[in-house]
Amino acid sequence: MPEPRFLPAGDAALTVEFGQAIDAGINARVLALDAALTAAAMPGVVETVPTYRSLLIQFDPDILTHADLIGALGGLDRSAAQDVKEASGGRDWTIPVCYGGEHGADLEDVARHHGVTAEEVVRLHLSGDYRVYMIGFAPGFAYLGGLPPELHTPRRRDPRMRVPAGTISIGGMQAAVCSTPIPSGWHLLGRTPIRGFDLNRADPFLFRPGDRIRFTRIDAAEFDRLDAAHASGGRS
Amino acid sequence: MADLIVIQPGPQATLQDLGRVGWQRFGVAAAGAMDVPSLRAANLLVGNPPGAATIEFTLSGGDYAVEGGTLRLAIAGGSFPLTLDDEPVPPWRGFDLAPGQRLRIGAAPDALRGYLAVSGGFAIRPQLGSLSTHIRSGLGGLDGAALRAGARLPLVTDAPPAGPPLALDPAALPPRRGVLRVVLGPQDDHFTQAGIETFLSGAYAVTGDADRMGYRLSGPEIEHTGDFNIISDGIAAGSVQVPGTRQPIVLLSDRQPTGGYPKIATIITPDLASLGQARPGDRVRFAAVNAVEAVRIRRDWNAALDGLGRALRPADSGDALDSERLLGINLVGGVVDGRL
Repeated sequence: MPEPRFLPAGDAALTVEFGQAIDAGINARVLALDAALTAAAMPGVVETVPTYRSLLIQFDPDILTHADLIGALGGLDRSAAQDVKEASGGRDWTIPVCYGGEHGADLEDVARHHGVTAEEVVRLHLSGDYRVYMIGFAPGFAYLGGLPPELHTPRRRDPRMRVPAGTISIGGMQAAVCSTPIPSGWHLLGRTPIRGFDLNRADPFLFRPGDRIRFTRIDAAEFDRLDAAHASGGRS
Repeated sequence: MADLIVIQPGPQATLQDLGRVGWQRFGVAAAGAMDVPSLRAANLLVGNPPGAATIEFTLSGGDYAVEGGTLRLAIAGGSFPLTLDDEPVPPWRGFDLAPGQRLRIGAAPDALRGYLAVSGGFAIRPQLGSLSTHIRSGLGGLDGAALRAGARLPLVTDAPPAGPPLALDPAALPPRRGVLRVVLGPQDDHFTQAGIETFLSGAYAVTGDADRMGYRLSGPEIEHTGDFNIISDGIAAGSVQVPGTRQPIVLLSDRQPTGGYPKIATIITPDLASLGQARPGDRVRFAAVNAVEAVRIRRDWNAALDGLGRALRPADSGDALDSERLLGINLVGGVVDGRL
């Protein structure tokens, strides 16, 4: 197992890099080190940002020196690397999606791009076992790996200025569940009524890195029913 | 309780404190003041904790009034011309604003951003632990947006603090710099040696595409070793990313927590305010320090900020600060006049 690289990110941050690929094994090591560091509750560690293949650690260098942090991380990583399989035990979600139509404006385009029917694109998207690699870009925005290779699709030439919360999209080899309205150059396949980010919930962020997602199909009427239930604060 | 009435806000006036801590892992931007020393100075002048929320405004401050009580206010960041019912008030001191009076805040010759603090602070519920406004995600402040004319900001108290208004000599603040110190990395290995030398020797102008999220700079092209895409990773405040344009973009308070361009260097914390106060057309340079030097500089900077409280004195002690003198001291200039 390769040693991580410790890359300086200014006076008060350090990047721990495990590799340069989108890979479940590399991501699991990031998450294992993040979990170990959180559990260690080391004074001076302010905040961590786990991403696909590296962990950004923001710290107070008056409390914790660069050298001491790197020293501690080496030990934490070696023990965390033993437990990567257990540490990667995220939660399982089934997310309802209404495909196509007004909720998935690019479904037909994606089908044309790959020379298949829209129904085949939906079938392929539903067949994926997805893993949340990281949350980023916007509050609660979940970057997913596990998109079937048949659906790998270059990003749109012309990004949209705004796509709605709940958008289910694909871009390149990645898939995403979007949680707030954002600009996006990804292809919109459908939309979920589930709120990925809701400040009124005890846990405002639905997904965490390491979680597993499967999608299930709903029709527009069911979308509207669930969407109304969530809008009124329901949890159905 | 009293309210602060926004008669006319300055451009891009938002509530800002020290920002959100702990939520970047969920995609939430830190936000927070672009010029932390000035935020602290404004708060100290009205007797608030140094990291309390203030109104951060851009270019000019706008018009304000209070209802329901007399409050002490102070403005820091630069020598912003102030009037109370058309009577001038010297900058860098606390003053009381009574119902019926109108406060006007103009534009400063020596600063882009000003910080308006109100004694006792704002009675607004923090979101995710902070009052800092992040407009792109609609978080914080008043409805997650910039202040609008006619807005009422509820206040915690309705009377000024005991004791006379205080003044602060802005020379007590860390001086603004035209040469920004950086630690190379995390992705300096994505650049050629020539590219790194160019970055550290060239002058870079702030372009018109500069806001709380980031500053696009324009100057000599910085050469990558190869591809200019990386797999998205975390972004520290002050990261200097270089996309395919070969021109640097410095990511600041409102930056998204993750991004996919290689970062050649990171501006050290003490020098972020100097860039945050730079405006389009100003020129900056970069100088590399190692992590040990960076921490030493940071320690001195923290000590200077901790010492601000001791530099406070009663505003009417006779040693009045006039703007002529302010313009003569070291704080003014630096980045603004492009002196490097």
